[in-house]
Amino acid sequence: MSTTLSIEHLTIGLPEGADRPYAVEDVSMAIEKGEILCVVGESGSGKSMTANALMGLLPPGVNVKAGRAVFEARDVIRLPEAEKQALRGASMAMIFQEPMTALNPLMRIGDQIVEVFAAHDRYTQSERREKALALIREVQLPDPEKIIRAYPFQLSGGQRQRAMIAMALALEPKLLIADEPTTALDVTTQAQILKLILDLREKRGMAVMFITHDFGVVAEIADQVIVMRMGKVVERGSAAEVLENPQHDYTKRLLEAIPTGRLPEARQLSETPALEIKGLRKVYRTGGGLFKPVREVRAVDDVSLTVARGEVLGLVGESGSGKSTLGRTAVRLVTPDGGQVMVGGTDLAALSDEELRKQRHKVQMVFQDPYASLNPRQRIMGAITDGPITRGIPRKEAEARARELLEIVGLGADAASRFPHEFSGGQRQRIGIARALAMDPELIIADEAVSALDVSIQAQVLDLLRELREKLELSILFITHDLRVAAQLCDRIAVMQKGKLVEIGTVHDIFLNPQQDYTRKLLAAVPGADWDQQGAA
Amino acid sequence: MWKRFRSNIGAMVGVVLLAAVILIAIFAPLIFANTPWQMVQRPFLAPFSMDSLPLGTDTLGRDVAAQLAYGARVSLLVGLVSTLVALLIGVPLGALAGFYGGYVDEGAMRFTEFFQTIPNFALAIVLVAIFEPTLASITLAIAIVSWPPVARLVRAEVMSVRKREFVDAATLAGLSKPRILVRQVLPNTVSPIIVMASLMVATAILLESSLSFLGLGDPNAMSWGYMIGAARTVIRSAWWLSFFPGIAIVITVLALNLIGEGLNDALNPHLSRKGKA
Repeated sequence: MSTTLSIEHLTIGLPEGADRPYAVEDVSMAIEKGEILCVVGESGSGKSMTANALMGLLPPGVNVKAGRAVFEARDVIRLPEAEKQALRGASMAMIFQEPMTALNPLMRIGDQIVEVFAAHDRYTQSERREKALALIREVQLPDPEKIIRAYPFQLSGGQRQRAMIAMALALEPKLLIADEPTTALDVTTQAQILKLILDLREKRGMAVMFITHDFGVVAEIADQVIVMRMGKVVERGSAAEVLENPQHDYTKRLLEAIPTGRLPEARQLSETPALEIKGLRKVYRTGGGLFKPVREVRAVDDVSLTVARGEVLGLVGESGSGKSTLGRTAVRLVTPDGGQVMVGGTDLAALSDEELRKQRHKVQMVFQDPYASLNPRQRIMGAITDGPITRGIPRKEAEARARELLEIVGLGADAASRFPHEFSGGQRQRIGIARALAMDPELIIADEAVSALDVSIQAQVLDLLRELREKLELSILFITHDLRVAAQLCDRIAVMQKGKLVEIGTVHDIFLNPQQDYTRKLLAAVPGADWDQQGAA
Repeated sequence: MWKRFRSNIGAMVGVVLLAAVILIAIFAPLIFANTPWQMVQRPFLAPFSMDSLPLGTDTLGRDVAAQLAYGARVSLLVGLVSTLVALLIGVPLGALAGFYGGYVDEGAMRFTEFFQTIPNFALAIVLVAIFEPTLASITLAIAIVSWPPVARLVRAEVMSVRKREFVDAATLAGLSKPRILVRQVLPNTVSPIIVMASLMVATAILLESSLSFLGLGDPNAMSWGYMIGAARTVIRSAWWLSFFPGIAIVITVLALNLIGEGLNDALNPHLSRKGKA
């Protein structure tokens, strides 16, 4: 085998005032022809910077300080811009995390692929179109003749990522750099894209540099693995070695932090329900005009379920399954079209706005985005005490309680006087939890509350939730797209698809004895599923 | 934020220039013994020909330097007050429209558009002509023609902030809608409003000058626009009568624009045109 790319002692400097002097420090790696190298690390580890340096896409102020990257016997980092441009796309291509923003929204898919040929001045116009069609077929997009004329917004997330891959493959590159290409996708779609990348590697023998934070994905596709942390390589080796016999503490910690398929002990559940949802319906209507029929989406279609006091119910589904709408309906940020939401004997769905405001405290929510869920101009104390004070609790008492809660979630009482921007994502999520707890709710709804966090932080927040569940007998409706996370925390799991409840049962039932096809499909799509079972055995 | 503002050379130049103009305006009565209306020398005295009258005299023999200093008072006052009034109209209207949406939004925006369909300056002239031209009526007229962009900006900002999760969180905390608007949403729209306001002061000064130039200024207040307007018939024989007030307007407006841009870069570092990380 021959080496496609070899990076030697690469060091990338950050501008002054950054949290560390180098984004990437003395990193070396080599990718053989036809090999998939996974670069793994948490956010801020410098994994994307490495890829961007190769493509010449470093942001202003960030420069390569030392080292070289040899590709086709040339150092790509020091090539003049014109030659770099010729190289990009032709022999080195990149796909990104978010295909919607990486594609031009105003150009048809076919035209975007044709443009790649045009930019490198290959083929005649009609040949280009033919080639584009062949590529669309190769990445297994359905109905190629129609896709070639479609705009990006008309495709689903997975289809857009396939289109991106088609563009990247257009000029038969020798190296494909994939920067978290499946992170924004559903598990089932992710599994398909991973398989596509494996197939293409097989067929074309190209080298792939695959950047990811997910060891499950690594287990699925990697030949070689490099683990990065704070800009340095902490471990390298073949996939089997690293996964089974990690040497570095950090790798071990990361591997431990991964939600495994290991199932928790089943617990005895109480009989009293904290939340009862009966026949809940929510329909979204869009469009509708003189000439257009109204489009109806049944986001939640006749769903009934209960969460017992002290229980954690996981609500799992892919994007668009209506799980978030269900959660938002349960706190009545969204008013349902029909059905009941019973919390402690009151039907939240039937209250008037004014009555509802008085009952709000009964159900609280922890949000997905730790950066958007706290008011950047309000101190933490205000964020936590606003609700209790509105409820009529004296300010002194509310503030004392807020300090106590901040201790409980592991931040310390002095966090109260600070502003949100002083905290990291995981810490903000803890604040969000403290804010929810301050209202003494009967039920907490956690909407993808750990999805935006790095695995190790995710594990800490899950630990916290588990601890709180024991200590405070919390009832939680835990909404997530990640079955592995759900398995770690939940007593029971409910699976949703297209607005309907597909299956509900204890974690053991769902994982070991799923009744529905869809549940089985979801379970099979979890990356690294096989490897997990080996690990458990 | 203050640090980013200070490191912006243009903005600091703006601050220095504006501070100079403000100081001159405040201390005009102390610097100049004569009021700007008093005749002190023969008419058409050229600048720099007499030490006590560095900028010469006008058609009636009045001190041009004193006129400039007193004119600064009018310009700054009108610019500042009219902007404040425009904010008082525009911010609440835009905030309500953006926050409540639906019919409130429709109503408020149609009302705003009604004002936007009439050219600013024409409307200002009509308003001043209807009222008597006094400082108060001029200020009000300028405010009335300049609030619509404020309302539209605030509406757009409120609409985007309203969808953020912390607003949902505040709703769940049981806060009332008006309280969420005032305590949670509006504070997050302040920075673009500040930037816009600083630029509006500049526009208001220009509007006031234009009105005075046309003879629609307050006859009891000396202003830069009035000076240029009065000097336009003698522009070829006595250039300095229109030149110095013109320079004063340019410097003040430039200073305000520099400050506005500096504020913009300091408050929205991500949108900074400098492109440095």
